[in-house]
Amino acid sequence: MQDSFSYFVNQLISGISLGFVYGLIAIGYTMVYGIVGMINFAHGEIFMIGAFVALIAYFIMEALGMGWVPVAILAMLLLSMLINAAYGWTLERVAYRPLRGSTRLAPLITAIGMSIFLQNYVQLLQGARPRPLKPLIPGGIELWTVKTPGDTDYTVQVSYMELMIIVITIVLMAVFTYVITQTSLGRAQRACEQDQKMASLLGINVHGTIAATFVIAAVLAAVAGLIYTLRYGSIDFFIGFLAGVKAFTAAVLGGIGSLPGAMLGGVLIGLIENFFAGYAEGGSEYKDVAVFTVLVVVLIFRPTGLLGKPDIEKV
Amino acid sequence: MTPDVRPLDYAAMAKEAGLTAFVVLMLAVVLVGLELRDVPGALALYTRVPDVVAACVIAFIGRIAVILLREGYRDAVMIGGGIASVILLIGLLPEVLFGTQTAVKIANRLMPFEAPVVRWCVFAAALILAARAAIGRRRLRVQDVNARVAAADRAGARMQHIARYAGPALGFAAVALPIVYGHDQQAMSVAILVMTYIMLGWGLNIVVGLAGLLDLGYVAFYAVGAYTFALLATTEGIEWSFWLCLPMAGALAGLVGVLLGFPVLRLRGDYLAIVTLGFGEIIRVVIQNWASFTKGPNGITGIPRPTLFGLSWEEEAPEGQTAFWQWFSNNLWPVEYSAAHEKIFLFYIILFLALIVNWFALRARKMPIGRAWEALREDEIACRSLGINPTNTKLTAFGCGAMFGGFAGAFFATSQGFVSPESFVFIESAIILAIVVLGGFGSQLGVVLAALLLIGLPEVFREVKDFRMLAFGLAMVAIMLWRPAGLLAHREPTVRLKTARAGAKP
Repeated sequence: MQDSFSYFVNQLISGISLGFVYGLIAIGYTMVYGIVGMINFAHGEIFMIGAFVALIAYFIMEALGMGWVPVAILAMLLLSMLINAAYGWTLERVAYRPLRGSTRLAPLITAIGMSIFLQNYVQLLQGARPRPLKPLIPGGIELWTVKTPGDTDYTVQVSYMELMIIVITIVLMAVFTYVITQTSLGRAQRACEQDQKMASLLGINVHGTIAATFVIAAVLAAVAGLIYTLRYGSIDFFIGFLAGVKAFTAAVLGGIGSLPGAMLGGVLIGLIENFFAGYAEGGSEYKDVAVFTVLVVVLIFRPTGLLGKPDIEKV
Repeated sequence: MTPDVRPLDYAAMAKEAGLTAFVVLMLAVVLVGLELRDVPGALALYTRVPDVVAACVIAFIGRIAVILLREGYRDAVMIGGGIASVILLIGLLPEVLFGTQTAVKIANRLMPFEAPVVRWCVFAAALILAARAAIGRRRLRVQDVNARVAAADRAGARMQHIARYAGPALGFAAVALPIVYGHDQQAMSVAILVMTYIMLGWGLNIVVGLAGLLDLGYVAFYAVGAYTFALLATTEGIEWSFWLCLPMAGALAGLVGVLLGFPVLRLRGDYLAIVTLGFGEIIRVVIQNWASFTKGPNGITGIPRPTLFGLSWEEEAPEGQTAFWQWFSNNLWPVEYSAAHEKIFLFYIILFLALIVNWFALRARKMPIGRAWEALREDEIACRSLGINPTNTKLTAFGCGAMFGGFAGAFFATSQGFVSPESFVFIESAIILAIVVLGGFGSQLGVVLAALLLIGLPEVFREVKDFRMLAFGLAMVAIMLWRPAGLLAHREPTVRLKTARAGAKP
């Protein structure tokens, strides 16, 4: 028998770190939705590319003889951010910019097309089998140990990995909040969100701002990809789909267009998923069902999400 | 040289092309340039430097060609592109024709890509650029979205006139298809597949095209239909035939559609899309994990084939039945047994089912309910003011679409003889939606065209199967960029106020 409170704490911590992954991807969805009003369906694939680049970066560092973990992780972070920025920019330039001003469905279809393309592109180039990575950061801080009647003791611990995930995410969120609220780029973004035509009349480069939004979204997705790679230690070309859908769910749950909402939604989704898998009988198979059910319930009773502003329909 | 050339700004040109090459370098350097491969015990890095370098150089040259074309230097591009394509053709052809080591080596030297298909893509790009330079009268300019939509609308309007004749003509062609290709089982399989997608596209068209509800989980109803039939037909003690199950499958899928639709149809466009996507995934996950009922990921095998009024299509009919070929030989005309007969029969079933959906959609548009759907798509608030109940109207559309999805699912189960959750993944929903959108919302003929393009063409090119889905994704993007409103998009008001013109005269 394990102490139920300790089990709860363990589930809570791992749920939060999983939630941060969803939250980082969800910010990308919500930002893009806020500024161009479209579901960037290929965003999950961008996340997957980030994860692959991070994995490859580790092997590059190892091949260069610089396998010391902190340096290696820094290199993984920087390289995946750089490459992902290029992918995010290209995605917007090729698939979405030419369709600006057309129907709402047209960019959704190109997004789905790009998503299929990128999945198969990575599958062709990197192979279809899961790629493993050994745990880079073993160990953790032991909080307390529970004596059990058997020989095994049950230890509640925060692993260094989870700690690092939480620290990286919080630092990143601070930087990101600064960019959005304090810099001219952030102001331009918020202006474009409200009224693109007016913003362009005031001398804001709307195309450039939108491209910058995609780049920021892709960079955050790269961090999520790195965290995912470290956390699960195995990635394949298909991880982007489910993570993307759940992250979008998180964005909707938090209220689409709202940045704190995306993070909150991400953490909630991570917690729901983890607790459902941990407590419900047969929960690990049905955890995705639980996530979507929560989404449906929230949307029925609070269609604008938790932190979203109700939008007024003008006639 | 043509008169309308602009002077070249070499610095800006180099900058633009350099930027393109740099982006390509960034895209390619890690994902293309390096690959993790399994070696015993570990992963090893494998490099593909020539591919990356070649991609950058080609991007640079290609960009310069596009700039030249944009500035009006057609002759230069035509000659350059022509020479490049001739050199490539001479270099690459021996590889395909003879396949000798030297030929492969030459092709590799010329275009250092690992995959031969990529080399041919470069050749095609050079050829297209040269052709564009040779044909284009004006400067190459990128049309803006509205111009492209307008062009599609004109094409759609033209098509609508032709459709009056083309529709029935295509119908007759479909009926006659087995007479020409009936002996070829492969071809019939492709035809059945395309027909299934046409039916699904028409079914979804009711939801997306007519009622304007974005449904990303259509495959859920397809799955419900397929599993309804599969379970009814294989459970001991029930074992109903296809024809008995078909209405059941449709009814159940329709019911599920109404049940799922009821809570969510109040949501607006994108929210609805994501919720339907969620439902699609829920149904798949449930099918996959409820092993005691659905046999889980292994799927259900041994689903019976449909019979023709009790005539079996097998060579040796099961007890109590007669084989079709025996009956036919005895009563009408002596024929040999052939497995192709069954395929032809299946094709006619799906053709019949698809035509029912088509007929329903065309009729519904002329009925109050169809008018209400279209009105709701255009303006929900106006509808509500006019006394149309939006939820009920949406529910009927959703339910009808789901029902037809269920029919198609039952057919899918019987034609495959096997169902498993793998057939009902999200990508199927995406493909069906793509067929509807690419066809041009609401256009029945557009769905046929898009299904032929998206499903038929990749089936024909099955040899390059690794690149099939890659090309599929690219084609979706390319068609959408070329025709943002769909291939045959044309919206004309279904009803016109006849007095308006008379009143406008002074």
